[in-house]
Amino acid sequence: MLLKLLLRNTFRSRLRSALTVSGVAVAILAFGLLRTVIETWYAGADATSATRLVTRNAISLIFPLPIAYLEKIRSVDNVKTVSYGIWFGGRYIDEKHFFANFAVEPRTYLELYPEFVLPEKQKEAFFRNRKGCIAGRRLAERFGWRIGDSITLQGTIYPGNWDLTLLGIYEGREPTTDERQFFLHWDYPNETLKKLGLPRADQVGFYMIGIEDPDRAAATSEAIDKLFRNSYAETLTETEKAFSLGFIAMGEAILTAIQLVSLVVIIIIMAVVANTMAMSVRERSGEYAVFKTLGFGRFFLGRLILGESLLITGMGGILGILLTFPAADLFADALADYFPAFFVKQETLILDGVAVLAVGLAASVIPIWRTLNVRITDALGRIG
Amino acid sequence: MKLLFFYSFRNLLTRRLTTFLTTGGMALVVFVFAAIVMLADGLQKTLVDTGAADNIVVIRRSALSEVQSAIERDKAAIVETDPGIALGPSGERLLAKELIVLITLQKRESGNPANVVIRGGTTRSLHLRDQITLTAGRLPHPGALEIMVGRNVAERFDNAGLGQSLFFAQRRWRVVGIFDAGNTGFSSEIWGDVDQLMQAFRRNVYSSIIFRLRQANGFDAVSERILNDPRLTLDVKRERDFYREQSEMMSKFLRLLGFYLTLIFSIGAVVGAMITMYAAVANRTQEIGTLRALGFQRGTILTAFLLESLLLGLLGGLGGLFFSSFLQFFTVSTTNFQTFSELAFRFTLTSATALKALSFALFMGFLGGILPAIQAARKNIVEALR
Repeated sequence: MLLKLLLRNTFRSRLRSALTVSGVAVAILAFGLLRTVIETWYAGADATSATRLVTRNAISLIFPLPIAYLEKIRSVDNVKTVSYGIWFGGRYIDEKHFFANFAVEPRTYLELYPEFVLPEKQKEAFFRNRKGCIAGRRLAERFGWRIGDSITLQGTIYPGNWDLTLLGIYEGREPTTDERQFFLHWDYPNETLKKLGLPRADQVGFYMIGIEDPDRAAATSEAIDKLFRNSYAETLTETEKAFSLGFIAMGEAILTAIQLVSLVVIIIIMAVVANTMAMSVRERSGEYAVFKTLGFGRFFLGRLILGESLLITGMGGILGILLTFPAADLFADALADYFPAFFVKQETLILDGVAVLAVGLAASVIPIWRTLNVRITDALGRIG
Repeated sequence: MKLLFFYSFRNLLTRRLTTFLTTGGMALVVFVFAAIVMLADGLQKTLVDTGAADNIVVIRRSALSEVQSAIERDKAAIVETDPGIALGPSGERLLAKELIVLITLQKRESGNPANVVIRGGTTRSLHLRDQITLTAGRLPHPGALEIMVGRNVAERFDNAGLGQSLFFAQRRWRVVGIFDAGNTGFSSEIWGDVDQLMQAFRRNVYSSIIFRLRQANGFDAVSERILNDPRLTLDVKRERDFYREQSEMMSKFLRLLGFYLTLIFSIGAVVGAMITMYAAVANRTQEIGTLRALGFQRGTILTAFLLESLLLGLLGGLGGLFFSSFLQFFTVSTTNFQTFSELAFRFTLTSATALKALSFALFMGFLGGILPAIQAARKNIVEALR
């Protein structure tokens, strides 16, 4: 009985219900997308491993460290593998085709990053060819690169044009792995600098360190930094996570703004839905009075209004959640220069659900309260 | 016509709550739209104003920012002799060879590290930037471990106040002055003596050379001389263009983000307006019938309802703009990922943005109102009067 009434009521003015549903769907979609953008921002930090440390120059990241530190770091207790690299900063075609590219020591680097999955053959080819490079799957898709293609990067830090051959395309082992990075041999630009006799030769931007026991990460970082204290290039060693979070903190102002906006969206939509509910209830106050006269309890009426509100927001919510996935993909394509893959998290979906419930409840509170407290005679006398 | 307008207007007044909620929704969308555009504008304005019209920046070819650039001393000396450089009152060349490095400092509020630009310059560096004024303390003495900090740095970073000391490059630097460069990028920088800083950072190359043109139209001649000199691999840019390029990536990102957010939100706001207008038509079926019976034309009815919805949009637009105009009092500081350094800038509301926001709001009102208005105009008189 109740259910039948509910459905009938909801679809009484089909157009309005459809509009309300789409309104809720849009809000949930916007909310989901914003959450996804924020999650993606932090995804870099989530994808880090507890067994990796990053050592960089204590002054700031743009200052290099001498390659001579390599053996010293290797001798520290708890250190298993040491790799090194530098931000290469090469430009592909022009600024609009920006992507991160690093010059690294390939063998140790790939050993430290087991989540970059490469076929053994491609790996070997890359190790052997000093002018080789590897790229992530998404990056290769973005530019339509295939294995064996030659790619020219214009140096911004290392002057000149750098001709490279794509010898491997890696895939992420986890969905959070960044598949948009690009690696070349550190030796290639370094040899060139040496030939030119430039002072910047034999310098690295960071050391990537794999440790045996992640519980001793703090002590190990301490030990590494102690080695170089009072030297001309002091180091700062931190876990990979802390290192990534440092980057994220830089864009914090924008993140906060985005978060505020996502709250505002929910509020907007609440207002719209609440208003629609109030309108429907106002129109039917005469009918509700008839219900009361016939002896239906307050409880029944309350459930009727609440049910209708939840039904509409629920439908909108489901629609919005379903739309979030294709929208996230579109969004990712549009912002491909700035973000890795968008990945809609379960948490976001749960929050979506909570928001839908909250909107549905909040929208029906005032109409219910009004209906229950109105005097039958008033309601019957009122023309909707 | 006047009657029609009042009919629409009075209708909005009778359903106050609904009107308020609908315009509120639109106002929020307009607010978000305006806020993001203002942010992008503020960033661009800050960077563009950093450059002066007749100043020229010389950096290493293919470097994207001063931080990446390096100019050896002998190369700098060649540039220094260019005849296109303006002369000061005592015959000295208005040219400064500068060093730019980034250091990491702790932010005062959040304790997060951020990259700050340190610029090593000479007394002429100041002459070349008219917008800089010293607001407290004095200028750093050449040859001493002294620095002066921009207004935003003094406000936002630990130990950067007047009389305090910052520790970097294995030395302690006393803050002897605070300068204000208005809303330009310089307000987010730290300045010191170029020779001292080069010693401390052990860099024996300059980052960039800044000079003023002798004649306003002399740019092409100077750049041709420097670009075609086989001894030099340098780029020559007008200071204004140089800084504008540095804002491109961030402002493009903000604009893209703003566009997509606004697109999605506006669908929600249009839907809200539609619900409201359809309800208005449904509630006033009898009125519509009466008006038609009195001889009002279909077109008039359509106009009346459309006008009502446009008014909703206008109110929303004005509301959103009203609130977003207060944002101008706020300063945002974030990392410009193109230069990798902290930059503080203000929300900037231009008349173009205001116009865009209002027309956008009216457009939303139109979209939300057109279908209900058509429905109202097509109502059958007899049925409507029942």
